[in-house]
Amino acid sequence: MALCDMGILELRQMLDSKEISSVELTQYYLDRIRELDSKVESYITVCDEEAILAAKRADEIIASGNTKMLTGIPIGVKDNICTKDILTTCASKMLYNFIPPYNATAIEKIKSQDAVILGKLNMDEFAMGGSTQTSYYKKTKNPYDITRVPGGSSGGSAAAMAAKLAVVTLGSDTGGSIRQPAAFCGVTGMKPSYGAVSRYGLVAFGSSLDQIGPLAKSSKECAEVLNVISGRDIHDGTSSRKQIDFTSELDCEIKGLKIALPKEFFGEGIDEEIRQAVLAAVKKYEKMGAEIVEVSMPSLKYAIQTYYLLSSAEASSNLSRYDGIKFGYCTPKAKTYEERIMRTRKEGFGDEVKRRILLGTYALSSGYYDAYYKKALYLREKIKAEYAKIFESCDVMITPTAPTTAYKIGDSYNDPVKMYLADICTVTVNIAGLPAVNTTCGYDKDNMPIGMSIVGKAFDDAKVLGVADAFEKNFMSVDPSL
Amino acid sequence: MSRYIPIIGLEVHAQLLTKTKIFCSCEVDFGGEQNTRCCPVCTGLPGTLPVLNKQVVKYGVKAALALNCGVGQYTKIDRKNYFYPDLPKAYQISQFDLPVVKSGKIKIETEDGEKYIRIHHAHIEEDAGKLIHDNIENTSLADYNRCGVPLLEIVSEPDMSSAEEARAYLEKIAGLLQYAGVSLCRMEEGSLRADVNVSIKRPDATKLGTKVEIKNLNSLKAIVRAIDYEIERQTKILDAGDVVIQETRKFNDNRGITQSMRSKENAHDYRYFKEPDVIPVIISDEDIAEIKQQCQY
Repeated sequence: MALCDMGILELRQMLDSKEISSVELTQYYLDRIRELDSKVESYITVCDEEAILAAKRADEIIASGNTKMLTGIPIGVKDNICTKDILTTCASKMLYNFIPPYNATAIEKIKSQDAVILGKLNMDEFAMGGSTQTSYYKKTKNPYDITRVPGGSSGGSAAAMAAKLAVVTLGSDTGGSIRQPAAFCGVTGMKPSYGAVSRYGLVAFGSSLDQIGPLAKSSKECAEVLNVISGRDIHDGTSSRKQIDFTSELDCEIKGLKIALPKEFFGEGIDEEIRQAVLAAVKKYEKMGAEIVEVSMPSLKYAIQTYYLLSSAEASSNLSRYDGIKFGYCTPKAKTYEERIMRTRKEGFGDEVKRRILLGTYALSSGYYDAYYKKALYLREKIKAEYAKIFESCDVMITPTAPTTAYKIGDSYNDPVKMYLADICTVTVNIAGLPAVNTTCGYDKDNMPIGMSIVGKAFDDAKVLGVADAFEKNFMSVDPSL
Repeated sequence: MSRYIPIIGLEVHAQLLTKTKIFCSCEVDFGGEQNTRCCPVCTGLPGTLPVLNKQVVKYGVKAALALNCGVGQYTKIDRKNYFYPDLPKAYQISQFDLPVVKSGKIKIETEDGEKYIRIHHAHIEEDAGKLIHDNIENTSLADYNRCGVPLLEIVSEPDMSSAEEARAYLEKIAGLLQYAGVSLCRMEEGSLRADVNVSIKRPDATKLGTKVEIKNLNSLKAIVRAIDYEIERQTKILDAGDVVIQETRKFNDNRGITQSMRSKENAHDYRYFKEPDVIPVIISDEDIAEIKQQCQY
């Protein structure tokens, strides 16, 4: 087994038995990034020096025998998660010089285990998009076919995993931003239940929807990372007091498991190859003894509208702080306060971010609030209720993760509505705050990965990972050739 | 006696007497060198989150009891969005439709005897920073020490009809809040501030006159002078057959006059919505009973 094919668990053993040092492992990954990332363009910032320093510290800990799960493990981090003293841009010109004086809680937690941060990963600007093409800095490519997008917004995190440029990466998911790129790049990616992982230090997009989560080689590996980064945080009032052991269901019994198949997710608009691959995976579960229950989610037809109203409304407020006064980009040519703020925002934000700020501002404006935002809040409750009803009688739900596999760069990027509609399979999970994991279940005729999502009830994250793990144990994945 | 009846309402901002700010652990103290009592949370750096100081809610409940008002037992926090250089997040975390203090009324003494002034509601919110305009030409400086200082905004009904009644009301509020131990109410230190709404109408008019809001009132004396000036100004306008414009004015203490700040057309649309970072607070009957026990009234 090549070093880059080893996950946290194998590397843990090698590091603890001193077969390899963290410095060697880190250098190996830094070399891979230097060699391969010019093709993939997944990293915005590579932290060569800091990474080696962290690896040296990790080696000291390992020598003392006091290791934890992530000690000395090289990790990549999405560039909207604040890292102390390391540039955090959100892939925006607006934050081209922003070096946070604090770590996100998730970063604090992996650092407390002496994990090694390799660098910061590319994304759609402020996590708005599904292609990683709206980044101000670079356009990340899909390692399976560099003429195609890696998905988004955590496209850098997913592409770096597929190209093996980190052992594990962190992403964030507001409407599918971990699961969809994980599907496009053929890796496992988990959005935990809302409140499971602290949002402190995650640059806010849609605060009631955002969650940090891992992208990794398997559900098992995701579970190990989640055990480190999750938990109640005094810096995030919305973080949950519920303690989850994400590994507790990894060898769960599939026999007798009730799997819901919502028929609306398998209808028109979903590629035939994807439908077939997901249904074939469901058949495998059936063979393992699961019971398949066809269910209905009638409100799915309002999901996109609901999601874009809620997330854009929150974003319009969250992104108001970028005014060029205290940090980040500031226009060089302005005489008054009003002119400065307008020019800074005009020059500092890209088109997609501006579009969503406009949409959200409009939806919250007096005279339109009742017609748009209030209705979206109502639909949010309706969607939650439909999930709750399904989970009264079912354990998990399986759906495709995206209606298509990774498309060609340039393809639907210029049609925002088409882009928004592509989020149909993922957004309801965020609206309801549920856990969901993407795992690869096949490849299309162009050898592009196909992902399926396993969704669970709130805080049943361990079950979702356990069910995905059962499939992964019997699935032969195909590596990209770079 | 004037030909018009003044209609006056007050929005009183009282600083709550907590040791730390409303959403972070920065200490609250009067003065201090500029930008030394702030942190990534109260200056709104990207990724930071507010965490509600429970003491602020407790003081809100205490204030409700002291002011003879109802307690909002399901109370939620909202965002009020507007751009201003002293507001680092470009939204103020405040309360909109479910405030911690519900309606009630308090009694004041007037020349004509006792009178009740109704309180519409009172809500908790964070203070903004302070802009400093002197020292450097063509430049304003921002001091964020006050950002996140907890305030209780007490909104009265338009039940007062003279500057003296407004003064009596304000003194009564300050006395009750001081006695309850929730605020020092020192106007000179900024721990009590008030905005005043003034309109006038003819005695036989059924509709209220056009309302003018006066901001920047830093002493009881200023409030009385501003109200008297504004009544006189509006009287002159109506006497001349003109109409009062709905606007926000500020009081110029040196000249003893009010000056236009912005008209209704330029009024903010605050785009209030529920603050997703702070979960609603539920105040139980037991919580209220416990707080009541701590009070001596």
